[in-house]
Amino acid sequence: MPAMRLLYFAWLRSRIGVAEEEVTPPPEVRDVATLLAWMRGRGPAYAAALADERAVKVAVNQEFARAGDPVAPGDEVALFPPVTGG
Amino acid sequence: MTVRVQAEDFDMGAEMAALVAGRHDVGGLVSFLGTVRDLAGEMPVTAMTLEHYPGMTEKMLARIEAEALARWPIAASLIIHRHGRLLPGDNIVLVAVASAHRQAAFEACQFLVDWLKTKAPFWKREETPGGDHWVEAREADDEAADRWAACAP
Repeated sequence: MPAMRLLYFAWLRSRIGVAEEEVTPPPEVRDVATLLAWMRGRGPAYAAALADERAVKVAVNQEFARAGDPVAPGDEVALFPPVTGG
Repeated sequence: MTVRVQAEDFDMGAEMAALVAGRHDVGGLVSFLGTVRDLAGEMPVTAMTLEHYPGMTEKMLARIEAEALARWPIAASLIIHRHGRLLPGDNIVLVAVASAHRQAAFEACQFLVDWLKTKAPFWKREETPGGDHWVEAREADDEAADRWAACAP
């Protein structure tokens, strides 16, 4: 089964400590909400960085995603704070 | 219809001239130039670094531009957004819209800026004498973007 590629940007990257990683979540991870819940259990840095749900935006395969949107092996999932460009 | 994401600076005048060169169907050209300010609240800003999500950035900017094209009669448009470390006074973003009439050009330009501020994956980190910090998203920016959703065609 292909791994899931996780990307982190801005302060999520500095708090988690890496820019990207490959993970193989358990089968119960099917959507954004269950992925975030599983990630919070991966260690204190993840739990702290992902504590405030409103501060974490998610993109699945480079499309903005909501809590109920599906994630699957092989997906590119990016986590980042609200954007501040322009 | 052009989108560019680049570290290099750009020449606003040259870009605007190129956008409408040889076009006789254009009656108005409106632009927005975003630059680095040297003050954030009370703190002086000595530099700013713009991080982005390569791939998704270009995709979102192209989609935002397509949305503007669907809403207004646009003859030509351009979005250039820089990334990397910038100094006060440096150019950050140029949005330019040409149309037969000024109203469409003004509205589409404001729409593009409002939407890109809330939908394009860029993040600003400011350097100040008191240390570096990530810039917080502003609620006013969300409200400005939402205003356009309320009047979608």
